[in-house]
Amino acid sequence: MIDANKPTEEVEQEVVQKSPDAEEMQLDDARRVKVLSPGMLVFKRFIRNSLAVVGFTILLFMFIFSFLGPIFSPYGQTEVFKGVGTMTKEFAGAIYNKELRYTVADGESFGSAERAQFLLAMGKNEETFKVGDAIYYFVSEDEGIYRILQLDPVAEELLGKVHPLGDATLSDAFIDATQAAIDAKLGVFELDGVTYRITQNKKAWQISTEHDVALAILTVYDAFNEADAETVASYDFKLASSRAFVAQEDQFVVGGDTYTVQYDDAQTTIFNDAGAEFAVVSGIIVNPIDQSLFLSVDFKAAVREAIGNKEKEFAFQEANGETTEYTIVRVIDTYNIKRETSTELIRTYESPSVGHPLGLDNNGMDMMTRLMYGGRVSLMVGFVVIFLEVAIGIVIGGISGYFGGNVDTALMRFVDLFNSIPFYPVVLIFGSVMDALEVLPMVRIFLLMGILGVLGWTGVARVVRGQILSLREQDFMVAAEATGIRTSRRIFKHLVPNVMPLLIVQATAGLGGIIITEATLGFLGLGIKYPLASWGSIINTASDAFVMTNYWFMWIPAGMLILLTVLGFNFVGDGLRDAYDPKMQR
Amino acid sequence: MRNFILRRVFLGIFITFFGAMIIYTFIRMLPTSYVETIARQRAENPLSTKTYQEWLDQLNEIYGLDIGIVPGFLGWAKNAVQGNFGDSWHFGIPVTEKFKQVIWYSIIINIITLIVEVALSIPLGILAARKQYSKTDYSITVFALMGISLPTFFLATILKYVFSIKLGWFDLYGLTGRFFSSMTPTEQMVDIGYHMVLPIVTLMMLSVGGLMRYTRTNMLEVLNSDYIRTARAKGLPEKVVINKHAFRNTLIPLVSYMSYLLPAMFGGSLITETLFQIPGIGFVSFEAITRGDIPFAMFYATFMILLSQVSLIVADIMYAVVDPRVRAN
Repeated sequence: MIDANKPTEEVEQEVVQKSPDAEEMQLDDARRVKVLSPGMLVFKRFIRNSLAVVGFTILLFMFIFSFLGPIFSPYGQTEVFKGVGTMTKEFAGAIYNKELRYTVADGESFGSAERAQFLLAMGKNEETFKVGDAIYYFVSEDEGIYRILQLDPVAEELLGKVHPLGDATLSDAFIDATQAAIDAKLGVFELDGVTYRITQNKKAWQISTEHDVALAILTVYDAFNEADAETVASYDFKLASSRAFVAQEDQFVVGGDTYTVQYDDAQTTIFNDAGAEFAVVSGIIVNPIDQSLFLSVDFKAAVREAIGNKEKEFAFQEANGETTEYTIVRVIDTYNIKRETSTELIRTYESPSVGHPLGLDNNGMDMMTRLMYGGRVSLMVGFVVIFLEVAIGIVIGGISGYFGGNVDTALMRFVDLFNSIPFYPVVLIFGSVMDALEVLPMVRIFLLMGILGVLGWTGVARVVRGQILSLREQDFMVAAEATGIRTSRRIFKHLVPNVMPLLIVQATAGLGGIIITEATLGFLGLGIKYPLASWGSIINTASDAFVMTNYWFMWIPAGMLILLTVLGFNFVGDGLRDAYDPKMQR
Repeated sequence: MRNFILRRVFLGIFITFFGAMIIYTFIRMLPTSYVETIARQRAENPLSTKTYQEWLDQLNEIYGLDIGIVPGFLGWAKNAVQGNFGDSWHFGIPVTEKFKQVIWYSIIINIITLIVEVALSIPLGILAARKQYSKTDYSITVFALMGISLPTFFLATILKYVFSIKLGWFDLYGLTGRFFSSMTPTEQMVDIGYHMVLPIVTLMMLSVGGLMRYTRTNMLEVLNSDYIRTARAKGLPEKVVINKHAFRNTLIPLVSYMSYLLPAMFGGSLITETLFQIPGIGFVSFEAITRGDIPFAMFYATFMILLSQVSLIVADIMYAVVDPRVRAN
């Protein structure tokens, strides 16, 4: 890059160490001095500066990392890693039943009107309620077990006389028994194995027979076998079993079959004569979240057992023999039963591992590979922009410095003007316009390079102009002019190469600034866009405080790469400046 | 001298005028569909009191979008000179009013930063120059280069990570704390000041390096000059040599550096304020510009141009103040 014939270059001489047994040499002996070329001199001064060497090593590493790294990386830039992960999904819900459930006896009906009246009567603490002409009576067997009976009036007692209702004839025994019961203020009496109930109707007493209509209970019944479901759901079975439970009896008989009962905390299990599990009775309702699913009795029993034992999790052996773990989460008075189900997931924010040294990013892509490709973009943007800046700067500065006078004044005012344009507002407008027009990511990179170059060339133009203003007065330019070569050749062939060393220094130091600018724009979301990456846009994810707090590998490596690269450019730039301009040293 | 200043002021006006014109041309070259889209979006904003057509008409009126670029710009400039920059699209109030609301936060942050920066970097720069190539010099140089090489957002993120999340000393964002409205005025002042600590530290760490290196380079140049050797030869104490003979002469280039600092600080605080969501001129402009608020963008850009010109003129005058040779010419 340095031509030995350049008049501005000084020639430094180095004294060769004299060995004691060497023959005496004259002062002007050609062997005594070793003349180094100016390029070599710069190089020697450069490598003597340890900071510059450190910077150069960093840059070398960055280039290998960014440009050769992707070749050896086993992953692609936009390769998304998926994995089978387990997700906890809600499977079933359980709740302590608080609503009465009705079981209607064979051949009877107990509709919603009757139910509503029953609930009203229960609320008012009345024993009877009327729906239309029908009179109902209910008996509380125990808390949460109500037997509902319908009354069929047979007679009426008014002012000491008993009249039959309808065309029935009353026996004397019945009339005597009725009178005795009313006198004794009994609500119920029995005659010939029939139970009669006395209720007040205005001023009269009504004597009625009764028959069972429905059973209202809080517990739910589940049959173990589908075939037994009807038996279990029958009125007689429920009534008999409920009564047995209230009395805490171990056995009860329904329709000639004997059943054995086993009591647990949350449920009661009924066994049939053969000793096999027949039904489960419990106050806890278990329902599947997905209504199309059918929950087996065994599963429900397992859930209830777990809830009864206040367990947080339980294992259940499925029909296919596999054991699944379930967890129970209590929310106020409902219990959510959750199951781990395996699904294909994108492995986002995965911590560093052997396969992925810097983990996976928010899109499940390998961070290390993204950093390599990002480095390519960042470094390339830096070089293209600096090339643009230098190209524009050399042309404007060269013309301005060479011609001087009015051309110089006009061009320098133009430079002042460009220099005054505020950088960030213009770039921000530019970025938001590209966002609005949805420019393709690849096109965006080139437009970004263009705008950064156009906004940044003024510094280079000033340096070139300043140098050329002083250089053009030198003797070699007079000689060049005397040879009669073209003006453009004089500027770009004889003047500009002399400015090159200084420009290289400027460009090296400027590269760092451009990389920072590009990264800042990327961080603000106005630079390089997904799926392409740059170091700045990789750190962009850290603007989310959650990611910043929990996933250090999402932003620290990219930030360190930017810092090191810029530091490297600055060290090398400093070193080059000192090497070219040794006057500054000591 | 007076002629020089007059010429300089005239040039400043010239550059401001044409700089604003370039920005205007740039904005005018935006695709029309984009402008219309933004106008429609603004009209659909529930806060907006204007219809789509009214937004478009207002835009046309202020920016002359339906006439040529030059007459359009002249129309805008006429309004701007009278202080009428139109209504901000994003904030829905006159641009100048929004500017008055927020500018003080930026000014306070930047003044504190400047004071801390000067107080830190000039002594350190002088120290580095006096002990050139010593360990002190190297560590100061490396530290300065680190400051220059750190991207603002990375430094801010690290500071937030360490001081807000790990240590929990400061809030992550904002200018006021959670219980700001229930505080006494004194407590409110303290609260705002407390929230400004991290942004100021960020700005300071980024700018200290540059000024420190500049001071060091200038000090080295001065220390190598003949009159310092003369002062030492006279047997003056080192303190007098440094403070009286050397330092005063380094002030001259420093003044020119400071002039670049003023607009750079306001431009740079755009990033820092955005990162910490400090509602100063930088953050507000960022919000407005990224949402396509053309009136605010025009205003902010013009303000920045004007600021840089004013600081250049001030620097030229300051040259005369600190350097008697300039005064004499």
